Amino acid sequence: MRYVDEFRDRDLCTDRLDAIRSVGAELGRHVKIMEICGGHTHTIYRNGLPGLLPDNIEFVHGPGCPVCVVPMGRIDDVRHLVENDGVVLCTFGDVVRVPGRNGSLLEAKAKGADVRIVYSPMDALDIARREADRVVVFLALGFETTTPPTAATILRARAEGVANFAVHCNHVLVNPAILAILEAPGQSIDAFVGPGHVSAIIGTGTYEYVPREWGKPFVVSGFEPLDLLQALEMILVQLREGRAEIENQYSRVVTPGGNSHAQALVDEVFEVRPHFEWRGLGSIASSALAVRPEFSDWDAEVRFDLPGVRLEDARACQCGEILKGALKPWQCKVFGTGCTPEHPIGSCMVSAEGACAAYYSYGSQGLRSDGTVAS
Amino acid sequence: MSGTRAEVPRSISERLRDRPVVRDRAVTSSHGAGGKAQAALLEGLLFESYGSDELRREEDGAVLHTAGAERLVFTTDSFVVTPREFPGGSLGRLAVFGTVNDLAVMGADPRWISVALILEEGFAMDELRKVADDIAAAASEAGVAIVTGDTKVVERGRGDGVYVNTAGIGFLPEGLDLGAHRVVPGDRVVVSGNIGDHGTAVLLARGELAFAGDVRSDCGTVTELTRALLEAAPGTRWMRDPTRGGLASVCAELAAGSGAGIVLNETALPIRPTVRAACELLGIDPLYVANEGKVVAVVPEDEADSAVEALRRLEGGGAAAVVGTVAEDSAGVVLLETAVGGKRVVDQLVGDPLPRIC
Repeated sequence: MRYVDEFRDRDLCTDRLDAIRSVGAELGRHVKIMEICGGHTHTIYRNGLPGLLPDNIEFVHGPGCPVCVVPMGRIDDVRHLVENDGVVLCTFGDVVRVPGRNGSLLEAKAKGADVRIVYSPMDALDIARREADRVVVFLALGFETTTPPTAATILRARAEGVANFAVHCNHVLVNPAILAILEAPGQSIDAFVGPGHVSAIIGTGTYEYVPREWGKPFVVSGFEPLDLLQALEMILVQLREGRAEIENQYSRVVTPGGNSHAQALVDEVFEVRPHFEWRGLGSIASSALAVRPEFSDWDAEVRFDLPGVRLEDARACQCGEILKGALKPWQCKVFGTGCTPEHPIGSCMVSAEGACAAYYSYGSQGLRSDGTVAS
Repeated sequence: MSGTRAEVPRSISERLRDRPVVRDRAVTSSHGAGGKAQAALLEGLLFESYGSDELRREEDGAVLHTAGAERLVFTTDSFVVTPREFPGGSLGRLAVFGTVNDLAVMGADPRWISVALILEEGFAMDELRKVADDIAAAASEAGVAIVTGDTKVVERGRGDGVYVNTAGIGFLPEGLDLGAHRVVPGDRVVVSGNIGDHGTAVLLARGELAFAGDVRSDCGTVTELTRALLEAAPGTRWMRDPTRGGLASVCAELAAGSGAGIVLNETALPIRPTVRAACELLGIDPLYVANEGKVVAVVPEDEADSAVEALRRLEGGGAAAVVGTVAEDSAGVVLLETAVGGKRVVDQLVGDPLPRIC
């Protein structure tokens, strides 16, 4: 595949790894780098990168797995919708296994609820057009990358007057989550690998507070192994030179200002919520989006009477500590025992982008004393 | 940090070998996807009730000893697919080849099959005739006779048009001994052609995706392939057809069953560019995508090249390749040596591969 294979080239990756080893040795100390985006976590494990890195370079996995941060109460709300209001519930594939208080949407489906997997919100709108006698609700979630398509779908629904369609909005914003992690007590992160696709929408300028106020390098990266290795090298060079700046490794996709057309779409349809509950991280101010009142006909939270119960995360679950990078997946009390991909307790174990699922499925058999994977 | 933990964490390979338990309160689609949930259903529930020695071997068929010297292989499989016709195959063809292939990878010469149909009221006769004709044509291609059958009709709304069950019997050649127990370090893993074609073709044929692609299912009989393989590599240890769950799942089963470690080489995996691209777009790993006309085999190191050569001469075997090695270490676990030189575990999925959100 063109534009993909080049970024998985072994020789090019080996060159970057050599450079990383040499700068890493010069630094001569343990370096903790958080990749914010779940897509990066997936790339790291899928390509077996931890085993290739020098011992003093450690990736910790941030909150950027959109499926992982959806709280149980929101899953229960849509489950209530599909079981009691007889709606067709459409959502992305890996969401259906996220546990709510009384089980996942996949289990609801097994009991007869009409849960369907779609590949984009427009697919859900298509179902609404085809099945005019049903009400179709799209469970929307994700960071800034998946928000513009949801906005475009709501605008299309309004333009065409599709009345039997609504969105249950769980879209979240990346910067409040980064700030929550920076402000967490005992935080010891040296630098960040910035999200790629999110940055394509919002631009790299929005992260300026990270180097300015927190003195930490922030390098936006693409999703292929060569991208990540190059971003890692850029971070290490910044650390060696005592710099803290925003740098853009993913310049083939990401610009400083982002995609203004997409930003305008999002602005037109959504507004920032005062508070939103994140699984594992708790309530974070101004961290999520809601459908604007002028589009309330397509807002499932307005159209339906939802229980809106706020639930504590499962007590045994340490997803919060994992999402903040304070614990490695295997250090969680229930990792691999009470919580497995077959029977997840915490959502980090559900999505392939979740740190725990990635670690469980792709981790090698040997664990070093510091929790990194030996191969 | 919540302080250091005194006990050493159980290694992931130990966890991967845990015996499955059924904790779900009801059957979900995951229980039929050929992954961990299905293994849990078999071992944790069905085998508890009626697990015979033959069943617990969890092979594609059972070897039956007759009063004489002859050994039979017996297998059964049920088929549902949406849509019923897709590029390269159909429900009727799948139903025959699925059972025939299970016999063939056991090393047997497939001879007889049964066909049982569960029909839903209202199912169009024209469609039924098409399914029946496909079954007849596939049986003739595979050289098996349909010798017994059954037909049931369920009320409208109680079935998906038509469900097909087939069972099959074949003869096992004298002296042939295949199985996970014969696999030893140094052996090579061979696959008979491009992986992921069937699953991708069906996914695209459903027309639910915003893109299309020209991918045909590999739906077909593997009897010629297994015969050629056994002839070219008489020391062949083990064979499987990597259907639901794909190459990854059968390798994981082999590793668990033999206690051997398997190391697959990512760059050696034969995958069509269109299949790779479709999987890439959906966030699905082609290692887990179903095949319906492929063989995975473990052969002795010194027979690997002749095995691949023999397969490549046959229709459907053009892309045959050595894709991995049986390793001394990493016992019971499948590792993938990635294109960039890293290593990762290839674990069984819980259920169906689900597209990732972004």
